Parts: sequence; structure tokens; C-alpha cells
Amino acid sequence: MSSVTDSQWPVWEVFVQTKSGMPHKHCGSVHAPDKEIALQNARDVYTRRSEGTNIWVVPANAITASSPEDIGPFFDPSNDKPYRHPTFYEIPEGVKYM
Amino acid sequence: MPAMSETSHTKALFEILLRLGDNSLVLGHRLSEWCSKGPILEEDLALANISLDCIGQARLLLTYAGETEGKGRSEDDLAYGRLSADYRNALLVEMPNGDFGVTIARQLYYTVFADLLYSALRQSTDAQLAGIAAKAHKEIQYHLRHCTEWTLRLGDGTEESNRRIQKGFDELWAYTGDLFATTEADTQLVQAGIIPDVAALQAAWKTQIENILSQATLTLPQGTWMQKGSRQGIHTEHLSYLLGEMQSLTRAYPGASW
Repeated sequence: MSSVTDSQWPVWEVFVQTKSGMPHKHCGSVHAPDKEIALQNARDVYTRRSEGTNIWVVPANAITASSPEDIGPFFDPSNDKPYRHPTFYEIPEGVKYM
Repeated sequence: MPAMSETSHTKALFEILLRLGDNSLVLGHRLSEWCSKGPILEEDLALANISLDCIGQARLLLTYAGETEGKGRSEDDLAYGRLSADYRNALLVEMPNGDFGVTIARQLYYTVFADLLYSALRQSTDAQLAGIAAKAHKEIQYHLRHCTEWTLRLGDGTEESNRRIQKGFDELWAYTGDLFATTEADTQLVQAGIIPDVAALQAAWKTQIENILSQATLTLPQGTWMQKGSRQGIHTEHLSYLLGEMQSLTRAYPGASW
């Protein structure tokens, strides 16, 4: 479509783990020519204020996402099945990060 | 005469701390000149981060230099109150940024040196210097990774990126010998186990640079003539322009604070 060549490098999605044992959370994206530079850029852009203990970078085009039209068939059927929520269990006090 | 030797020890330590602090300060300022001009946003931030690491190192080293000198000079007095002839940074770090390739070449020459030097300084018999070195060395290890990766990519990238970074390595080569120049202060502090013999780091430095350049399909320059003078305060013309900008606020408003 566009005749303008994109001068930017490929986009990588960045996932940062804030503490050991915690899940990696998506925090944004960076441009980079390859995975090693993507990791460096992610480090410089997203962990400058000691937010992280581990970083994942994933090529944005490797992520398959559900589309907005799918919202009905994908997610509505679970609305009337509250028994699937684990609210009937007591969680021991020592358990963190549930 | 113990009193005499203590004075000369203090002078020697002051000289070396200025050398270390000025290297970090001048390189930090040079890298800050990239701010808002980086080739891409992410790299702009990366260079600014490295710049801030360097300025942080300079603050610790110059504060300690001021304490060592014992004349009540603060980090700011030393950074903003001296002219180029009083600066003791290596010539290499004051060289202009050029294009991104030149900056990365300068960064690699310096950072491989800094990695060797600060790694050894962590074992300094001077506890305060050893502490500063331990903190700085962690930062330097990241800086080394950054410029090594870029050297590999620019060298082994396109014909143009190869030509440009090779030009950077060639042009800056004559300023690398000065990194390893020593003075009487070195002899004294090496004996006391406070600093390593920097001249002895040169062989390891050259081997490491040669390895990275050959992996990057670049050529190690062969010139044997080396520009010297930083140890005596004889700098290139570039330093006074850099200081003119860096010190402009202090010169216009002495003692300003906010």
C-alpha cells in the first residue's frame, strides 16, 4: 500500500519478570534488528529503574492474537459458568502471588 | 621521612583519581551529545543510559579525588572549575562523536580498556577505590556487551556500515596508546597495590580488540605512531570546546544552584 519504506527495524514484544517466581508481564515493545539487540534495547527501555530480574523478547509477528470479532464466541460462553471460578477454596495464608 | 612520602602519596592518588574520574566525565559528556540524535529511539536511550553510568562513576571518583586532595574541592568544583590543561582524561575519550560507527569504535577501544582496568581495581588495597570499582565494573560489563554487539553488526553488516566503522577504528587508533601511558604516580601506586600497572594491560587489550575486529570482518589498524600528552594535560583542541559547553552554565553563573 504505502510507497514509503519503513526505516524502522522489526518490532519485538517485551515481557519483564519483576521478581523471581512471578510471571513475565507484557510491558511494551521495541525495535531491533535481531534478538540480541532486542534484548539490549528492552533492558535499556524497560528496566532502567530496576524493574526486572528477567526479560523475554518475542518477534511481534510470531504472536497470534484473537481478533475483536471473536469476542462473542470466544468469551461469552464462560459468563454463565461461575462454578469454574476457584472461589470455593480456602487459600492457605502462606501462598503468595495467586 | 614519613611526612614527605605521605604528601607524595596523596598527590599521586589525587592524580590517578582525576585521570579515572575525567575519563568517565568526558566520555559521559560526549555520549550525552547523542541525546535526541540517536539513530533510533531505542539506541538513543541506550547511549543516554551509558552516558549516565559514566557520569555517575565520575561523581564518585571526583568526590573521592576532592577528599584526597584535602583542599575542600567538591565534585562540581573539579568538574566545572578546571580548564583543559588540568584535565587528565585520555585523549581518546575527548574525540568527537563523528557518526554512529565512530562512536562505537571509540566506545569499544575505551571499554575493553576500562573492563580490564576496573576488573583489576576491584582488588585495590584502597578500600574506597575498590568499592567504586566494583560498582563501575558491573556497568562497564554491560557497556562492553553493547559496543561489542554493535561492532559485530556494523562490521559484518552492509558495505557502508563496514566502511564507516572501519574508518572510525582507523582514525582513532593513534589515540589508543595514550590510554596506557604512565607517570611517576603510577609507579608509586602500583607498588602500594592501589592500582594495576596500566602499561601491562596493553597486550591483553590488543588481543581482545583484535579478536572482536576479526569476528566483525574488520582490520586492526597497524600504525605504530601514537599521539600522547594527556598525562601532562596536553589535549587535543576538542577538549576545550567540550568543556566550553559543559561548563557554560557555571561560567555564566558561578556558584549557581537550583
